[in-house]
Amino acid sequence: MSPRILGATIVRILRQLLHDPRTIGMLVVVPALLLALLYFMYDDQPMVFDRVALVMLGVFPFVIMFLVTSIAMLRERTTGTLERLLTTPLGKLDLLFGYGIAFGLAAAVQASVAAALAYWLFGLDTAGSTWLVILIAVVNAVLGVALGLFCSAFARTEFQAVQFMPVVAVPQILLCGLFVAREQMAGWLEAISNVLPLSYAVEALQQVGANANPTATLWRDLGIVAGCVVVALILAAATLRRRTA
Amino acid sequence: MHDPAGSVTGLLGPSGSGKTTLMRAVVGVQVVKSGSISVLGEPAGSAPLRRKVGYLTQAPSVYADLTVRENARYFAALYGYDAATAERAIADVGLAKAARQLVATLSGGQRSRASLACAIMGEPELLVLDEPTVGQDPVLRDELWKQFHDLAGRGATILVSSHVMDEAGRCERLLLIREGALIADDTPAAVRERAGTDDLDEAFLRLIKAQEVAPA
Ligand SMILES: Nc1ncnc2c1ncn2[C@@H]1O[C@H](COP(=O)(O)OP(=O)(O)O)[C@@H](O)[C@H]1O
Ligand SMILES: [Mg+2]
Repeated sequence: MSPRILGATIVRILRQLLHDPRTIGMLVVVPALLLALLYFMYDDQPMVFDRVALVMLGVFPFVIMFLVTSIAMLRERTTGTLERLLTTPLGKLDLLFGYGIAFGLAAAVQASVAAALAYWLFGLDTAGSTWLVILIAVVNAVLGVALGLFCSAFARTEFQAVQFMPVVAVPQILLCGLFVAREQMAGWLEAISNVLPLSYAVEALQQVGANANPTATLWRDLGIVAGCVVVALILAAATLRRRTA
Repeated sequence: MHDPAGSVTGLLGPSGSGKTTLMRAVVGVQVVKSGSISVLGEPAGSAPLRRKVGYLTQAPSVYADLTVRENARYFAALYGYDAATAERAIADVGLAKAARQLVATLSGGQRSRASLACAIMGEPELLVLDEPTVGQDPVLRDELWKQFHDLAGRGATILVSSHVMDEAGRCERLLLIREGALIADDTPAAVRERAGTDDLDEAFLRLIKAQEVAPA
């Protein structure tokens, strides 16, 4: 890995994003609209809104960055730029970290806007700090990026790539403890939820919701999610083959 | 094969004969079934080599959602060159006026030249160009060939593929391939002589026929 190449790659990915204002608009506006929807749905149940909106602040960036990254990486493969890059001094990690950091930054902007709206406009109430919520959202986004980089290797077309969303993201959302508390699930479902990274991300958010100060569980959960990011990146690196048929 | 430094070698053969495959093997992105390839004394695709090799893919491989300049600067940065080097490469391929244009909005020929600018960046020691002049008008084609010779004159080794034989005469050395097999490796003059004709198009046809009659 080289700082120069990594830096240039981050700038290049962000420039691509900047040339697509509609995508930037949607990245910022869509979470806000969905939060508004939740706000009106739970108009007379502010406690439920607090619980659901908090989890959503962490789930949006994960899902969106997973999709955006799968498509971006698939494009690198199908347009020949990936093969071209692999004939240059660029290392695989420069590319993978480049995506992780560039989209992580985009997610930080997205999460900050969404959190600002949730707290100020919709009156979200958490015992812990907003900054922790944003931090968890960004780590989740990077998890989405890492899984997207890995999954894009198994898609040949964009139609296939979007199908990985229901495969990778939806089960994690269903089992993360938002709909049914994880301890109340059937044993085998809880066991599955125990090995899904989003479960820990959501637990971390719930810790922020319930405790004024960061708890040990929160840091442990964040560590687990970060570990999953590293594993997904290693797997993604293994799918990046310099030589292809 | 031995391409002498400071020369332009033409890789010629009909469509589907294996030119792209051979070039991908040279830059180290092709899975090679048998044999090993070393380039400039290093295994193909190895890290030290990748710093010295420029590669133009047959289909343009630049980012359509970036401008010509942004693409050139990115590839310049990958090789450790500054913005001025990127500007020079853009000017060398005749895209100075289109530097601020998004690649997606360029014509086909301009897009290939944007890709070419990223390949010739910083005068690599070995330049592998897969059909660089396809879709270019005669004037530009002439200018591009002059540049390839300029680059070679400054010590670069250039491997250029083409399936149009009128470009073969511009190379110092010719490799003719057909169905993945090398059928001639000589100077244009020697190829003409061996086939007994001045027309390289005709010469290539004769060499193919001769090979069909008496398979090597
Ligand atoms: N040396 C070889 N041995 C076997 N198959 C080859 C060889 N070289 C090329 N091929 C096959 O021939 C086909 C066309 O090759 P390609 O390199 O794209 O041709 P060109 O660039 O000359 O049009 C590809 O399917 C490739 O796999
Ligand atoms: Mg070809």
